[in-house]
Amino acid sequence: MASKSLYSGRDPVLKKRDDFEDVLEERRNSSDLRYALRCYTPALYKGLVPCKASMLKSIVLQSDSLQYVVGQVSAECGESREAVQEEAALLLEEMAHRLQLGTIRFFAFTLSKAFKALFRGVCVNEEGIQRLQQAIQEHPVVLLPSHRSYMDFLMMSYILYTYDLALPVIAAGMDFISMKFVGEMLRMSGAFFIRRSFGGDKLYWAVFSEYVKTMLRNGYAPIEFFLEGTRSRTGKSLTPKTGLLNIVMEPFFKGEVFDVNLVPVSISYERILEESLYARELLGVPKPKESTSGLLKARRILSEDYGSMHVYFGHPVSIRSLAQGHISRSQHNLLPRHIPQKPTADTQAFVNDTAFRLVRLQEENMVLKPWVLLATLLLQNPDGMDLSTLTEQADWLRRLALAFGAFLDWPDHEPCSKVISSSLALHKNLVCVSGGRVRLVVEELPGAESATEEAGFNRAVSVLSCASYRNQILHLFVRPALIAVAMQTANCSRKDEVFNCFNFLRNVFSNEFILCPGAAVQDFEEACYLLGKCGAVQELQQDLVMSQSGQTTLAFLCSVLDPFLQGYQVVCRYLCEELEENLLENKFVPAVRSFTLQLILSGSLKCYEALSSDLQKNALAALIRLKAVRRVKAGDQVTLKVNKIAVNSLEDTLGKTNVQHINIYLYSSLLNNK
Amino acid sequence: MFLKIIHACKTSKRKVQLSFCCMRSILSLSLSLSLSLSYFFFPFRHDIMKWNGWGYSDSRFLFNKKGQAEFTGKRYRLSGLILPSLKDWFEGTFGANLQHKSPATPALNVSAVPPPNLNESFVEELKAAGVALSQEPEDRVFRSHGHCLHEIFALREGRISRVPDLVVWPSCHNDVVKIVELACKHNVCLIPYGGGTSVSSALECPPEETRSIVSLDTSQMNRILWIDEKNLTAHVEAGIIGQDLERQLNESGYCTGHEPDSMEFSSLGGWVATRASGMKKNIYGNIEDLVVHIKMVTPRGVIEKSCQGPRMSTGPDIHHFIMGSEGTLGVVTEVTMKIRPVPEYQKYGSIVFPNFQQGVACLREVAKQRCAPASIRLMDNEQFQFGHALKPQVSSIFTSFLDGLKKFYITKFKGFDPHHLCVATLLFEGDREKVLQHEKQVYDIAAKFGGLAAGEDNGQRGYMLTFVIAYLRDLGMDYYVIGESFETSVPWDRVLDLCRNVKERIVRECKERGVQFPPLSTCRVTQTYDAGACVYFYFAFNYRGLSDPIHVYENVEHAAREEILANGGSLSHHHGVGKLRKEWMKEAVSTVGLGMLKSVKEYVDPSNIFGNRNLL
Repeated sequence: MASKSLYSGRDPVLKKRDDFEDVLEERRNSSDLRYALRCYTPALYKGLVPCKASMLKSIVLQSDSLQYVVGQVSAECGESREAVQEEAALLLEEMAHRLQLGTIRFFAFTLSKAFKALFRGVCVNEEGIQRLQQAIQEHPVVLLPSHRSYMDFLMMSYILYTYDLALPVIAAGMDFISMKFVGEMLRMSGAFFIRRSFGGDKLYWAVFSEYVKTMLRNGYAPIEFFLEGTRSRTGKSLTPKTGLLNIVMEPFFKGEVFDVNLVPVSISYERILEESLYARELLGVPKPKESTSGLLKARRILSEDYGSMHVYFGHPVSIRSLAQGHISRSQHNLLPRHIPQKPTADTQAFVNDTAFRLVRLQEENMVLKPWVLLATLLLQNPDGMDLSTLTEQADWLRRLALAFGAFLDWPDHEPCSKVISSSLALHKNLVCVSGGRVRLVVEELPGAESATEEAGFNRAVSVLSCASYRNQILHLFVRPALIAVAMQTANCSRKDEVFNCFNFLRNVFSNEFILCPGAAVQDFEEACYLLGKCGAVQELQQDLVMSQSGQTTLAFLCSVLDPFLQGYQVVCRYLCEELEENLLENKFVPAVRSFTLQLILSGSLKCYEALSSDLQKNALAALIRLKAVRRVKAGDQVTLKVNKIAVNSLEDTLGKTNVQHINIYLYSSLLNNK
Repeated sequence: MFLKIIHACKTSKRKVQLSFCCMRSILSLSLSLSLSLSYFFFPFRHDIMKWNGWGYSDSRFLFNKKGQAEFTGKRYRLSGLILPSLKDWFEGTFGANLQHKSPATPALNVSAVPPPNLNESFVEELKAAGVALSQEPEDRVFRSHGHCLHEIFALREGRISRVPDLVVWPSCHNDVVKIVELACKHNVCLIPYGGGTSVSSALECPPEETRSIVSLDTSQMNRILWIDEKNLTAHVEAGIIGQDLERQLNESGYCTGHEPDSMEFSSLGGWVATRASGMKKNIYGNIEDLVVHIKMVTPRGVIEKSCQGPRMSTGPDIHHFIMGSEGTLGVVTEVTMKIRPVPEYQKYGSIVFPNFQQGVACLREVAKQRCAPASIRLMDNEQFQFGHALKPQVSSIFTSFLDGLKKFYITKFKGFDPHHLCVATLLFEGDREKVLQHEKQVYDIAAKFGGLAAGEDNGQRGYMLTFVIAYLRDLGMDYYVIGESFETSVPWDRVLDLCRNVKERIVRECKERGVQFPPLSTCRVTQTYDAGACVYFYFAFNYRGLSDPIHVYENVEHAAREEILANGGSLSHHHGVGKLRKEWMKEAVSTVGLGMLKSVKEYVDPSNIFGNRNLL
């Protein structure tokens, strides 16, 4: 498998990272207007075929590949070629961007004002910018930022403008188009709009893919899209979507370009603007529809402090180098290249591997703030912690995270307590300190009862908001944590036994975390290496043994996974106990939610994270993948058929990991004794 | 007296056409003198050709004391001329320096040549049969190689690997029958040798061969046996060299029109054995279109068709087992070829295009309208500049003024970017009137793609370049620059992508392998077909600072070929496979295809007498 070579021999700890520079600093000291009107002369792709946005459209409409599909569609549906061609032109009109420098300048001015109000700083790695500048000139570039906020793509264009780099064209969801005026503004700043789902629509796909490929082949502009497909509401990276990645790789596979550079970009926020919105969404409050009036209402956020944000431009990844030895480009020799072809299984596997690899690169370069560590600890102590304990444990966790290679932005010159208190102050909407104890802020209800659904909901909002920060560090801990849990469950120190358990858990959670398909062995070795390095585990010939000092670390790692283990069990339990015969798929989430809420209100479940619809959906996807649940399509509706025996046994197996409850106490007591 | 005969033969060189019986008499004479095993006194071409480089000994490029480039000798239009801009181009392109020389070993060190491994009884019977032969080291080394870079590089360094143990010169078809019979009887390995211009390692002796290796040199089978004016065919012995064939036919008012770039030195048999292609194939066709009848001697006997019908439906065409067999099945001895009356009028031409894309689009349109002139070639910008560097010193101020004016018109007035523009060279042939009409048609098409007519002179210089470029490689090798050419054929829609990707791959591979200076990486489209084109690449680099330049070079060439195949190009358009490209044969023709070819070899030559191990 391709993944083998992609992930071998990496030592995340040895990774060298660039320094940051705050782009807002200059904005605070000089005129925004002059900045917005300054001379903008980016370095362009050396093979650029100069062309205007409007010309781009006619190239696409006249292209052989689109003409081919137009002919096909017209033959299939009996409409005239002209009518289908007209339809294609309309689709393209709806989709295409109209990048204009004037609009960019407008945004450069207004966003300068907005960003200065929102953020203390926007830190960018300049070396990454230099690498990008080089890459843009050599080959077509695809920018792949992480997606945590609406801010992301505005910020990307803003930064590229600031550094005099070619402005990207951005694949955006159709949601924005309904926003009067704003949609068109975004279009003029380089956004092009794609429908969220167009599964079987051949014509749409043809227009869309040809549009993207034409821009790529001509070197028109860097193409930007979000591998994760949508904003992650949880702070965890989402399983990548490969549709667009497939499209941008195709010109390379077909020899139409020499190479394509993929540039992963990691955007991290100290405080996410959509923080509580996300938590509510995860609890089933529908996402507010994008609208201009909504945007105007949201301007009150300008008065709040969102700390600083970091944008890290990763090393360009050459598709050519990745594909070397995995993809035979000559497979396209025997068919005219304009005829659309489904990617072969090999190609699909390669694209998939690449997508995972890129998301992992995004994760690795994501800057972690001290607050992430605090959130992690606070969630493990739902009843609050003494500030002193928190400080002590945060320091311990900081060292562990660094040993695992975390990209931690912890001010070295300041005392630990000061770092913590300023972190807590920034997130005062989530935590409060009273009487030397730190606890989560839960919106109080006017009435006094605390065991109501509403109170539970409010607490869940706080927990999930907090979890979205904790989740930012999970990519670092997830592999060692899976080993930690596996060691508990295996009840035996033989390495192969531990690996089996690890592999089982990894399989269950592969919708939840970014775990590259087919890379179980590499993941296991990587995690063993890290655990060995921090002294938690000793690797002997046949065995994997916890070292004396390792108990604290392993217990901590187990409790990192605990909410997920519990959440998945709840879903299993629901499917076994509560399910009526024909559960509609779209009723699944609300049903599990109310089931979970009941468990919480009755006091038999403490884990509020089990209420997250993200977790519930992932669990369902895992069960379907493991063939414990079957989706049955009947007309428009999809029902779920549950194999209760399978689900039950899965729940049992996950239940065996419950030892960690004991361990949590064990580990906190150990920490306190230190 | 014997020495005198040798002397006479040598001075008379190639002009002398010794008759068959005359040679026989000399043979018997020398046998009677029994001086040695060597009968080294034919008017052999190798007396006037370099032993470790391309072409005639008297023709070479050099930088004179003033640092100006000149081309010696009297044979070519460029001979004796000063090329003032070549030095700057050479130093600028390769980062080479005239102070840094890498001269070749001046003469062959005979003691470095391994002693011959002779099959005595074979040699005895051969002598008894009266076949001319030699085991002199010079003769054997001369026939141990083609003109791949690694072959010439090794010779220049004086490194000699496995060479043939014996050279034999059959003088006619029956001699070949005899030699092949004896080779089968005594189990010796035969390697046919024609003009020696192979660039596919086809002439390299397989180092693993333990039998005695005999080089079968066809150069003495060089007569036109008859001309049939009713059917316009000529029956020719396969050892004849291209330029001799054309010259002799011209004397009777005919030509074959087959003009591969190597035609000064390559032989008819070699063309058949490699599926050669000629510059003017648009009028005359490639070798497969030109041959009417082939006679080949194989270990199983002689293969030939029973009539000269112009086309047959008699199962798969057996000629196609022979053409491209690269000496693995037998020796082509006689060929009947189509001939044409010498054309009344020839005219060169050239067109400047603003960029390569436009040029390719124009060629494609010309091919679509099936109005390609005898030859049409499109050089990319690098090659255009290269061609420019080969302009001889202009004699009058007026010419240089005119050149300046042309340049001004094209770059300033027409706005062509001198770093993007490219040139097509053309050759028209036929009736004067038709040629002019044809010319107009082509220039009209060119105009639609932004092409400007750029004069006959540029066109003619373009074609001359193909004959001298091989000499230039020797000059490069004197100054740490090595290079090679290779070719492919590709469908029209992939021409641009393939050219760009292969050129870029070469640049990238050189960089990754530690080549200090960017290489010359350039291409031209040299042939047009209905469904595609032939593309020719040159690549060369300065190897100072590399410990094993040939290894680097081979890796880059390998990568370039991989890139060609990945971009839908063929393994070869006309150079052939030899041993250099053997590894890709299965991929190129499928396992079954390769099996077919193998089973033919198995039947025709079960003991692998023709053991050069090419192709399969």
